[in-house]
Amino acid sequence: MSVEENFAKNSEFNLSMVPSKFASFMRTCVIWQFIRFVAINLKMIIVVRKSH
Amino acid sequence: MARLVILGAGIAGHTAATFAKKWLADAHEVVVISPNSLWNWIPSNIWVGVGKMDKKRVTFPLAPVYAKAGIDFRQAKALAIYPEGKESDKHPFVTIEYTGQGREGQTEALSYDYLINATGPKLNFGATPGLGTGSHIGPHTVSVCTADHAAEAHERLRAILDKARQGHRQKIVVGTGHGTCTCHGAAFEYALNVEHAARQAGVRDRVDIQWISNEPYPGDFGMDGMQLGIMGYVTSVRIMAESLFSERGIHWINSAHVSKVDAGRLEYEQVDGTTGEEAFDFAMLIPPFSGVGLKAYDRQGTEITDTMFLPNGFMRVDADYTPKPYAEWKASDWPVTYRNPDYPNVFAAGIAFAPPHPISKPRTSPRGTPITPMPPRTGMPSGTIGKAVAHSIVNLIREGDRAKLHTASMAEMGAICVASAGTGFQSGQAVSFTMYPLVKDFETYPGTGRDTKRTYGEIGLSGHWIKYILHHLFLWKAKLKPGWTLIPE
Ligand SMILES: Cc1cc2nc3c(=O)[nH]c(=O)nc-3n(C[C@H](O)[C@H](O)[C@H](O)COP(=O)(O)OP(=O)(O)OC[C@H]3O[C@@H](n4cnc5c(N)ncnc54)[C@H](O)[C@@H]3O)c2cc1C
Repeated sequence: MSVEENFAKNSEFNLSMVPSKFASFMRTCVIWQFIRFVAINLKMIIVVRKSH
Repeated sequence: MARLVILGAGIAGHTAATFAKKWLADAHEVVVISPNSLWNWIPSNIWVGVGKMDKKRVTFPLAPVYAKAGIDFRQAKALAIYPEGKESDKHPFVTIEYTGQGREGQTEALSYDYLINATGPKLNFGATPGLGTGSHIGPHTVSVCTADHAAEAHERLRAILDKARQGHRQKIVVGTGHGTCTCHGAAFEYALNVEHAARQAGVRDRVDIQWISNEPYPGDFGMDGMQLGIMGYVTSVRIMAESLFSERGIHWINSAHVSKVDAGRLEYEQVDGTTGEEAFDFAMLIPPFSGVGLKAYDRQGTEITDTMFLPNGFMRVDADYTPKPYAEWKASDWPVTYRNPDYPNVFAAGIAFAPPHPISKPRTSPRGTPITPMPPRTGMPSGTIGKAVAHSIVNLIREGDRAKLHTASMAEMGAICVASAGTGFQSGQAVSFTMYPLVKDFETYPGTGRDTKRTYGEIGLSGHWIKYILHHLFLWKAKLKPGWTLIPE
């Protein structure tokens, strides 16, 4: 769904944050996502350790 | 030799049973009662519901795993608890009715020294007219709460996508089927996965997707939302959830109690009194949860179900159940040891324990209909509580009444949730959430009730990888394969 289409739709969508093309690309960019994979896992390990 | 009986072999019961057996070894008996022969990694039912996995990949037979571990498995459902035994024999026992092992329909009284109630939820479809009868789903909607439900959902979704391919516009509704539902995360994931499936099928432009929920806003999740610490800001999860819907063209209706379901049509009432209806070709609505309906009797045979359980069927534990207004709710209201206050050898774990109150603010429509998301008890807390309770019982068996009990308050425990937004090694996405603590604690964390350094959310392909790895890790752990104890709950 393109950004333009969303903003043309209605107020429900107009009041939301919608990712730019760059943000959408980064979400599935394998190299960046590998870095995020490591970072998110570290965040999760901290929460797991605090919880047990 | 003491006997620990565990009712239920879901995330909480299975975790409790396997750890208790590991710690007690052959010195004591561990018996598991569960009506299903299969263990189900429920979170992956979402992928079964869109045809990305089949039932076999999310389930496995329990009997061989328990046989290897030395756990006595009875494929049966528990009917009643006699925590004082009977006049003739004061040893506590449970009555069970077999559902398999060639003994279908036979009943038996099974004595116990310690009991864990980990029976999870009754899927209370019957609470909404037209959604189903009792715990059975009706013909008008689908569910993803069990692997069989999810497989059926996929069959019907496939037919809908086929019709869209033939050029017929289709309307899909996903959400909660009652004003007091919980488990919003599952519905949320399913909405995003259905959208992903429609895009992959090349028919997204012919499919309208509508979200309907009892939450005050998308992202409340029955946890009063989350304030995420992201890039120097504290941001409501609402912004993220609405963004995900907007980006995907999914419309949303909030604060809604689905009051009636018919073939291809549902009616709802909102918290401001507005009523409405939605037509649909396909609807996945999560039912409200209640306890599974266990009864309890005292030594004389007088029913004491109301003493052991709350009216919603969940078991009383060491929570503060005094009714209080929202403003007075405290983290300390939440249970710590999950021990029944009247019968100290009885514990409850996972969804089966009665929470003291919701986490989200309770609201009622002008007609008096409660529209309040109930608190989730997701996989991580269910497993953690199951393990803590098993640890406490092992200590009690070994050291007697003065033994130290283990604690696992949801107000001192975090949670990790990975909400799938579509599968694919390179095209999949999921939202990875961490939060601490699960139940808001405004005394320790004034303002948002949670530690904003530990409460975080991010969407991306990495989330899908994590969800996929967790699927394999948790199945590995549940099958007690080498190193299973190293995998955290
Ligand atoms: C579709 C879906 C997706 C989900 N996704 C996630 C997720 O991504 N992450 C997450 O953390 N959580 C998720 N959850 C929530 C998670 O599945 C639950 O928190 C968890 O299963 C609760 O564990 P439990 O052991 O309390 O209950 P259950 O897992 O439901 O187990 C209950 C057990 O009790 C047995 N039982 C029932 N009645 C009786 C009886 N009378 N006598 C004896 N046994 C009985 C049942 O057969 C079952 O074995 C999801 C839930 C759903 C429905």
